[in-house]
Amino acid sequence: MTDLVRMEGIDKRFPGVHALKSVGFDLRPAEVHALMGENGAGKSTLMKILSGVYHPDEGRILIDGAKVALPTPGAAQALGIGIIHQELALMPDLTVAQNIWIGREPRLSLGRIDEARQNADTAALFAAMNIRMDPRARVGGLSIARQQMVEIAKALSHRSRVLIMDEPTAALNDAEIAELFTIIRQLRSEGVGIIYISHKMDEIRQIADRVTVMRDGAYVGTVQAADTPISRIIQMMVGRELADAAATIPDLAGSGTALEVRDLTRGTELRKISFTLKRGEILGFAGLMGAGRTELARAIFGAEPADGGEILVQGRAVTIRSPADAVQAGIGYLSEDRKHFGLALGMDVRANIAMASLPRYADRIGRIREPELARIARDYIQTLAIRTPGDRQEVRLLSGGNQQKVVIAKWLLRDCDILIFDEPTRGIDVGAKAEIYRLLGELAAEGKAIIVISSELPEVLRLSHRIAVMCEGRLTGILPGGASQEQIMELATRRETLAAE
Amino acid sequence: MSEKQARRGAAQQKLLAFASLIVLVVGFSLASPAFFRIDNIMSILQATSVNGVLAVGVTLVIITGGIDLSIGTLMTFCAVMSGVVLTWGGMPLPLGVIAGIATGALCGLISGTLVAKAKIPPFIATLGMMLILKGLSLIVTGTKPIYFNDTEGYTTISQGSLIGSIIPQFPLPNGVLILFIVAAVIAWVLGRTVLGRYTFALGSNEEAVRLSGVDTDRWKMAIYALAGGIVGIGGILISSRLNSAQPALGLGYELEAIAAVVIGGTSLAGGRGTILGTLIGALIMSVLTNGLRVMSVAPEWQTVVTGAIIIVAVYADQLRRRAAV
Repeated sequence: MTDLVRMEGIDKRFPGVHALKSVGFDLRPAEVHALMGENGAGKSTLMKILSGVYHPDEGRILIDGAKVALPTPGAAQALGIGIIHQELALMPDLTVAQNIWIGREPRLSLGRIDEARQNADTAALFAAMNIRMDPRARVGGLSIARQQMVEIAKALSHRSRVLIMDEPTAALNDAEIAELFTIIRQLRSEGVGIIYISHKMDEIRQIADRVTVMRDGAYVGTVQAADTPISRIIQMMVGRELADAAATIPDLAGSGTALEVRDLTRGTELRKISFTLKRGEILGFAGLMGAGRTELARAIFGAEPADGGEILVQGRAVTIRSPADAVQAGIGYLSEDRKHFGLALGMDVRANIAMASLPRYADRIGRIREPELARIARDYIQTLAIRTPGDRQEVRLLSGGNQQKVVIAKWLLRDCDILIFDEPTRGIDVGAKAEIYRLLGELAAEGKAIIVISSELPEVLRLSHRIAVMCEGRLTGILPGGASQEQIMELATRRETLAAE
Repeated sequence: MSEKQARRGAAQQKLLAFASLIVLVVGFSLASPAFFRIDNIMSILQATSVNGVLAVGVTLVIITGGIDLSIGTLMTFCAVMSGVVLTWGGMPLPLGVIAGIATGALCGLISGTLVAKAKIPPFIATLGMMLILKGLSLIVTGTKPIYFNDTEGYTTISQGSLIGSIIPQFPLPNGVLILFIVAAVIAWVLGRTVLGRYTFALGSNEEAVRLSGVDTDRWKMAIYALAGGIVGIGGILISSRLNSAQPALGLGYELEAIAAVVIGGTSLAGGRGTILGTLIGALIMSVLTNGLRVMSVAPEWQTVVTGAIIIVAVYADQLRRRAAV
């Protein structure tokens, strides 16, 4: 039997990253093939190549045994490859039918749209999927699960024979997942090949025929889902190699508690999270995408305040309703998205470093003491080795690593004793990474209490004195520094439904 | 792009506006001998004073990434309140001036609160304020103008010449002097103070500022209030020039002021802008109006030309920006 899709020797480089290292992948008709790997393993890049978004530097793609070129998403669509992104791409104010046929509406004369035919075609699509759906319903009024059905119907309306689903169950509840699986099984029985990207081990066992694992942009292996234990898959995902260098864990027996969080809760994103953080300690937060780590950081920092729970700073209970409250309490937050949440890109290095502390460097009528700020900015440029032509350089012109250092300088100037780093090395090249790691170690040694959120396990292992692991909004465990990647992955995938079994 | 190039870009932008102003002045001087005469120049400056002051005020709001459509009718409402205090209340002159400015600041604070706290888009919040204030001016006055005949010295606020009394050859009207003082003070505030720094920062990346622990709502309200106070000064100037508060006046002034800001190179997207640019923009508009009038171009064509100039100015700025990036 010819493979429906065959990808051979796919290689892709981005500036500073070797994203895919000669990866192979194949999909048979009437198969659900799961694609697994940690964040950054290259799954999404590979799928973007298959759907025509990216172009491989090397390698070839065969559909039904014939070599094809996929220059655009439209070309991939024409060959029957449909993709359903994790973030749904629907227009909430249009109807179901209008969304499905957007850009290729059936026409009447004078450019009028044949709404009747559009609705009838849509009804036929859903009838074939055995789903009840009103073609005239406004998409914005549907649940996420129903919207996903619309996306699937849209993909099928292109006569897709290959359906790529990127984390389709991320926002669904158990009943909705069951319904989705019914549809997937039905499509499979009709001969559609489905590539299923997910982190959720139990789902893979339920739905997938084969599992391919990727790690660090490379192909690791393909196994049968039915007879491969979960532990074996986890082992394939994390690999055997140890982190580059393990953290040296200082003796913190004598250190006081800097931050204590008790039963912090917000909706379903954060569920009763409790932990403590000592002065001089680096506490790593590991977990898969959507585990709630960034949400936790933003709740502690007051960017999106918690609904319930207590936060104690240096032993005293504090009320944090806004970032201003958090900063007042000595908490600084370095967002994973520096450009949107960390920096005023059009302003200079000096102004950005001063952003959180400006009133301290102004007199009674608000006049800024510029010479003093200039001196301070130059000091930080030197001590943190920020590579910039000067303190008046606009930060948008700096590299990612240097921008990160500017944000660090901002919080150091504000005397924050508790620093939360969310993905501190995202978008930063390898050389600068080591520098950021060294800097974090030095800050801890000076007595700062540090939280590091990272999706890269080697990074967590290299930095953390202790490792907190989250899964689906819960803190599933805290491991000592130097724990194994397998231990972390086990906690990171410990879902409530699994625990109940 | 290096730091030097970035600075050069900003300098070029101001230079472009300034060069246009010079070209206009030279062009009109050559075209008509009546243009470059001290009395005509003074009348151009006098005509700039009100629009200039309003434009300086709205520059602050525009740099934060907002917009204030209420400044025209707010100007009138401030003038009316000044008239209520002086003509109806018979209070001394300084109290009337304070009443006008305080009214402006208070209304600015209300707009700022609507924007910052109620999260109403600035366009909508100030559109609402524009209509409310227009109505209030008419209600308070019973649609009739309030004259300042009983308040001695009110007209000299704008029309007198403090400088002319010292240097008779240079009779710069007080209104223009006030514009320059307001512009200088606000330029200083923008460049040297915490308020100014946060004005730019809000327009550059409001969320990053909030996540730096800055109470962005409070600062935004303060900026709108300051802008309102400046509009209050504009209200005093126009009523002094007309010796009356004309309740039906005001609509359209906000767009002239915004036009001046835009011609001056301030980005409507926020984060960038200068008071000097705004001043030059306001001058370009009044030189244009005056010059065309001196050349006996029909008034209906004057507005067409002004409109075209706005589009050309912003397009030139876009081209420059695209070349810079």
